[in-house]
Amino acid sequence: MIAYIIRRLLYAIPILIGINLLTFTLFFMVNSPDDMARVHLGVKRVTTEAIEAWKTDRGYDKPLLYNYKESGIKSFSNTIFFQHTVRLFVLDFGRADDGRDIGRDIRQRMWPSLAIAVPTFIVGILLNITFAMLLAFFRGTYVDVWGVVLSVAMMSISIMFYIILGQLIMSKLWHLLPISGYDSGLRALKFLILPVIIGVVSGIGAGSRLYRTFYLEEINKDYVRTARAKGLSSLQVLFKHVLRNAMVPILTGVVAIIPLLFMGSLVMESFFGIPGLGSYTIDAINQQDFAIVRAMVFLGSILYIFGLVLTDISYTLVDPRVRLE
Amino acid sequence: MENQANNNLLEVTALKTWIDTEGGIIHAVDGVSFNIRPGETLAILGESGCGKSLTALSILQLIPKPAGRIVSGKVMFSGENLLEKSEQDMREIRGRRIAMIFQEPQSSLNPVMTIGQQIKEVIPDRKNKSSVEINKDIVGLLDSVGMSDSVRRINEYPHQLSGGMKQRAMIAMALASKPDILIADEPTTALDVTIQSQILNLLARLKKENNMSILLITHDLGVVSQMADRVILMYAGEVVEDADAVSFFDAPRHPYAQKLFLSIPDRSKRKKKLDIIPGIVPTYAGDYQGCRFSERCDKAWDLCFQERPQWRAQEKNGVRCHLYNNTLEPQETSDKNIEQGLITADEKQDKAETLLDVKQLKVHFPIHKGIFRRVVGHVKAVDGISLKIGRGRTVAIVGESGCGKTTAGKAILQLIKPSSGEVIYDGARLTKITGEELRQLRKNFQIIFQDPYASLNPRMLVGESIAEGLHALKLESSKAAIQTRVKKLLTQVGMPVDSYGRYPHEFSGGQRQRISIARALAVSPDLIVCDEPTSALDVSVQAQILNLLNDLQNELSLSYLFITHDISVVEYLAHEVAVMYLGRIVEFGTAADILDNPLHPYTQALLSAVPVISKTGNTGYKGDSQVLLAGDIPSPSKPPAGCHFHVRCPQATEICRQQYPAETKTGDSHTVFCHLFESDEQH
Ligand SMILES: Nc1ncnc2c1ncn2[C@@H]1O[C@H](COP(=O)(O)OP(=O)(O)OP(=O)(O)O)[C@@H](O)[C@H]1O
Ligand code: SF4
Ligand code: SF4
Ligand SMILES: [Mg+2]
Repeated sequence: MIAYIIRRLLYAIPILIGINLLTFTLFFMVNSPDDMARVHLGVKRVTTEAIEAWKTDRGYDKPLLYNYKESGIKSFSNTIFFQHTVRLFVLDFGRADDGRDIGRDIRQRMWPSLAIAVPTFIVGILLNITFAMLLAFFRGTYVDVWGVVLSVAMMSISIMFYIILGQLIMSKLWHLLPISGYDSGLRALKFLILPVIIGVVSGIGAGSRLYRTFYLEEINKDYVRTARAKGLSSLQVLFKHVLRNAMVPILTGVVAIIPLLFMGSLVMESFFGIPGLGSYTIDAINQQDFAIVRAMVFLGSILYIFGLVLTDISYTLVDPRVRLE
Repeated sequence: MENQANNNLLEVTALKTWIDTEGGIIHAVDGVSFNIRPGETLAILGESGCGKSLTALSILQLIPKPAGRIVSGKVMFSGENLLEKSEQDMREIRGRRIAMIFQEPQSSLNPVMTIGQQIKEVIPDRKNKSSVEINKDIVGLLDSVGMSDSVRRINEYPHQLSGGMKQRAMIAMALASKPDILIADEPTTALDVTIQSQILNLLARLKKENNMSILLITHDLGVVSQMADRVILMYAGEVVEDADAVSFFDAPRHPYAQKLFLSIPDRSKRKKKLDIIPGIVPTYAGDYQGCRFSERCDKAWDLCFQERPQWRAQEKNGVRCHLYNNTLEPQETSDKNIEQGLITADEKQDKAETLLDVKQLKVHFPIHKGIFRRVVGHVKAVDGISLKIGRGRTVAIVGESGCGKTTAGKAILQLIKPSSGEVIYDGARLTKITGEELRQLRKNFQIIFQDPYASLNPRMLVGESIAEGLHALKLESSKAAIQTRVKKLLTQVGMPVDSYGRYPHEFSGGQRQRISIARALAVSPDLIVCDEPTSALDVSVQAQILNLLNDLQNELSLSYLFITHDISVVEYLAHEVAVMYLGRIVEFGTAADILDNPLHPYTQALLSAVPVISKTGNTGYKGDSQVLLAGDIPSPSKPPAGCHFHVRCPQATEICRQQYPAETKTGDSHTVFCHLFESDEQH
């Protein structure tokens, strides 16, 4: 198993290099540093000198991949590619185009993101599992039928609707919670409640419907018939036999997204004005700050790959049939 | 049947269980009645889909919900009607008074719970026992069902156990509360014959020790003959005959029963046409006018199509057929015109020209391990087999699961690349040639697979599937010529010509297998590798396919390499037989050599494990004279040293543990790999 994990991590290296090359191509070949400078400086006041100054300032004046003016190792390292993307491998994110330290920003902004994402995630999963189990227990009855109808309805409604409705009811009408904003320490709590509730509610439809199918798939299997033939009660069958087997696809699906919780939620954070990584990314896109966007794309890919490895490991933990070789 | 003295343990009366499907309601169990007496083994016999399993599941109210429902009937057990009991009350019956084991031990055990955890749930009175006591009980149960290493098994998961061990674990679970009745639904169908004989022997022993009754569900006449005291035969949701085992096997009354006996292949029918039951088992048991068997019965007359036959019973036996009156007047049996077709001397001497010559063929699959996927060993799926097939001959490879039969077949046809060895087909070295040259040769040898469902492309018209080979090898140029050819092939395999424009799912298993055969024949091959072509089919349908293969051989002088685990099929059609064990051939000879004079201890055990249909003798278990092999088939990734068979061989000696036996010729055509037969000069 250790060997397997090491191999998977080694596989990740070429993938990350590929991602890196791809983002590099997108950002520097398609959109040359000159264009970037023009965008930042504003089309009107652009002079050649201003562009050059802007580029030199941010290290975009170097050649793209190979520096003929330098010799030895420097001919590679003193290039845009090396300076701006290879350093990402050691998680050195460099400076944003407006000069701020991206690494520090990330370390600071991941906490608000996690403060929303983690509770949403945990409460959401527990609720989804419970609802799905209820639906499965009442399968074939009206409870199940209407439950599924409700789930489909809930998952068809746009997240915007939940947000607006939530803000309208909880803040505008009842004045229970602030509409948006954030604060430090424990005072942040009252700002978190609404986004978490909305995050959970908007996910229940899709989640419980998916988990319900996992249960139903298990419930029709032969071993469930065996368990019933042994004289176990319906609840014993559901909790001791079906739940454990259905947890295999549920857990492994869930584990894959755990690392991505760091990235925060783009929509929620910008709607509620939470200074997390999600709104960070959105802002960077709006301001065309490519250094930040690049850093976030790279971070996202690392976390994604990490999630895949975690998924494989979690398989071996919950399913004795799976051995990683 | 109705007026039994009240010593019945279980009485099922007029049970009806229906299933709602998209295609309508299936009357899967349609008025079934029978009784089980204490200490009796009652077999429910019938072909696939006739309602055997649902009958058994209805008794315990375990039918699939919500599709299934019990419509009417009574199941009386210790004075109570089980069908009126609530789910809550049924729990007192299930597993405690009536236990059940199932066909697929693999899927019937919970994959994420250990064997111990699963058995623990049924330990009686476990609330008042310490975990040490419970563990002791579990080990005791596992020991009583002959589980090896019982202490270690407690912490193992189902996938770590072989099929036979899983079924033992299931039986252990079922017996924990010493039930009055054990319902066994095809308990050995998924197992190899040597393992099957272990399990049947175990069931017979446990039945005697615990004085319980067994309701044994099976489609295998041999198993019924070996185990049953009484038999009920089901057809399309009805019981058509109920008889004690002796009279059932001596003189079955219902035409369907008689036909079943005639359609099973065995050596007495060798190379003769098997009596077939035309058509297939009706799947929709809905509105029948007359007798449900009338479409397929060759004794049917007007009345049979108009009126449902009444149940005619005398004493304990009964039958549902218009041929019988109230006293079950004896019927002429239809055994009359069977000529004995034993293996003749002629056949033996027939020295045909060699078509296929396989020399020391090996297929080793690498096992990878570690960070860099280093090869740390090999699964020796096929480990040096040699055999010859003559033109127009049938060579059978027999062996149990995992012995490498299928791999050998595929490697011979170059569908898997052999690791070493030679395959010479009609002078051409298949192992040396590649590309276009091999592609051109391919038309000469074809393969038919076990699963007629999986082997036809569901999105291709039947006609297109058959014509595919003709296109690929450019054997026929014009579209019209191809169509004519395909239609001729369809007729040849007994399919209506209009099947051309239909899709595979519109056909039954037997019909699909015919289509596969037509597809193989399309390119006019000389050799067909038949990989268990009938093992997914019912006996009555199997007979149709075997007849077809036989006819085609006579007509077209085809050679067959017949891969099977079914000895009766071998007896019926093989000229030569190769017995495989763990990747190697352990005995080779003509059918007469192998079947009449088996020399290798494994061959002997294999043959003796096959349940035979005996027409005489008593009811009840008849397997006492079998050679019971201990243990399971070892994994081919680490076969035992020396003779691979020595761990299970009753005659193993010291040398067997050290050295693989050399080939010994014991006759013109008979070779064996066993130290018992090595003469001194060979050392
Ligand atoms: N869950 C189900 N949904 C739809 N049809 C079903 C279901 N279970 C059984 N049937 C149908 O009911 C009929 C009887 O089924 P049953 O399982 O009792 O047959 P069987 O005699 O045990 O066959 P086999 O030998 O294949 O096990 C068949 O036509 C089958 O297709
Ligand atoms: S009733 Fe008629 S059709 Fe049915 S089995 Fe008897 S003879 Fe055949
Ligand atoms: S060689 Fe020995 S172990 Fe192998 S079959 Fe013969 S007697 Fe048995
Ligand atoms: Mg069945």
